[in-house]
Amino acid sequence: MSDFTSGFWPIYISIITLVSIVGTFIFLRSQTTRKLAPGEKPELIEHTWDEDLQDLNNPLPRWWLGLFYGTLIFALAYLVLWPGLGNFAGVLKWTSTGEYEAEVKAAEAKFQPVYAGFMKQDIATVAADPDARAIGKNLFLTYCSQCHGSDAAGAKGFPNLTDADWLYGGDPDTLKATITDGRAGVMPALGDALGADGTRQVANYVLSLSGRKHDAAQAAAGKPKFEENCAACHMPDGTGMQAMGAPNLTDKVWLYGGSEAAIIETIAKGRNGVMPAMAQTLGTTSNKDAKLHLLTAYVYGLSQKQ
Amino acid sequence: MISHEKIEKNLGLLIVLTILVVSIGGLVQIVPLFFQTSTTTAVAGLKPYTALQLSGRDIYIREGCVGCHSQMVRPFRAETERYGHYSVAGEYVYDRPFLWGSKRTGPDLQRVGGRYSDAWHYAHLMNPRDVVPESNMPAYPWLDRPLKDADIQKKMRTLNIAGHGYTDAEIAAAPAELEGKTEMDAIIAYLQVLGTHAPRN
Repeated sequence: MSDFTSGFWPIYISIITLVSIVGTFIFLRSQTTRKLAPGEKPELIEHTWDEDLQDLNNPLPRWWLGLFYGTLIFALAYLVLWPGLGNFAGVLKWTSTGEYEAEVKAAEAKFQPVYAGFMKQDIATVAADPDARAIGKNLFLTYCSQCHGSDAAGAKGFPNLTDADWLYGGDPDTLKATITDGRAGVMPALGDALGADGTRQVANYVLSLSGRKHDAAQAAAGKPKFEENCAACHMPDGTGMQAMGAPNLTDKVWLYGGSEAAIIETIAKGRNGVMPAMAQTLGTTSNKDAKLHLLTAYVYGLSQKQ
Repeated sequence: MISHEKIEKNLGLLIVLTILVVSIGGLVQIVPLFFQTSTTTAVAGLKPYTALQLSGRDIYIREGCVGCHSQMVRPFRAETERYGHYSVAGEYVYDRPFLWGSKRTGPDLQRVGGRYSDAWHYAHLMNPRDVVPESNMPAYPWLDRPLKDADIQKKMRTLNIAGHGYTDAEIAAAPAELEGKTEMDAIIAYLQVLGTHAPRN
């Protein structure tokens, strides 16, 4: 890119470049480059060491000279064809961004017909198509597997996408919105508000919601505290609220672990479940919409088999 | 013209000519970059690293992350599809030294900011295999210790010589900003800001 702060710099570059090429040529010609005549002795450089060790100024080998002149010709041809001399763009008008855009355009021409067919279908149809699933899987492995795992089964803190349990909803539009804009699920830390005993009581009540082993007395004490502190998001019956991304506490799915200790940690310290927005990451080329469509269909399809 | 013999026997001349020859490349390829708008002007919205990000960057350097991770998305479709928009020079004006790297044992990190959650980075740095089972990245569990960066103000003042423009208030507030943070917090803060001022697609 030639956006120099002053017109001096292109000239500066051109002059040093050309002078060094021409200068190298002149300098080389001034040295002993001619072939010695038969019987002619090479010039002796006047110093002798160790009685008879002498330095002869032999002519430069022909093959070496030839290669050197070759590099000079190559340099001049390069400077004519490609950018190199200041602001001169070169006869070929090559730029790295131009080459990149051509590459993207060629890829689009190749993939657009494939994508166009899928774009006309709804998510459920695309999700059932084996070709679309193969493409979707590649996209998933590139963009999603780092958190959700290559089998999409998730990990602690990173939701399993193969079950039918959704924090924000598993319908195609919601999935697309989740992928595009991300999600931020904030569970506030309640440890200070509830105190150690209160936290344990609420945790036992939460355990009781899904019928897990719990201390009945603690759970009973935790119920009013749950209704006061937790029900606004998790609903009074603990079934959660997808608009908030508040998990259903009555099922067997535990994003951060379902042991008493894990639940106490969640209540006391809170949780930040962040799904990053993928719009910019997916959107490097104009195939963004198609990639989003195929990726959504793939994720949608993961839980439909169940 | 200067003969071979004259150069060889005159050490001063030999030194001068050698320096002249080896500096031509730098004079043509490097010096003009300091006078090019695209290499000296920050991209829109780019700010110098905050104290915490700056400390994180030094931990990134200390742990040798640059040995396996580049910070340079090249203008090839195979790279932009995976990482995002190709890198431009104006994104690096506050990188001293720059951490472009030259080897990718792991992925490029120039666009890693915002791509994963803080919790993911924490889990991943503690033990990469907890989140990416096939990963061959080493674990960095010792980063979960208090951040000690007594030189933070000195660093910011030094960078100001190069024109980072930290205000006196920012420098004065730096130690407080690092107070109570771990090295993990610092490096995650650094990673999360990387490439977030990329040209939009």
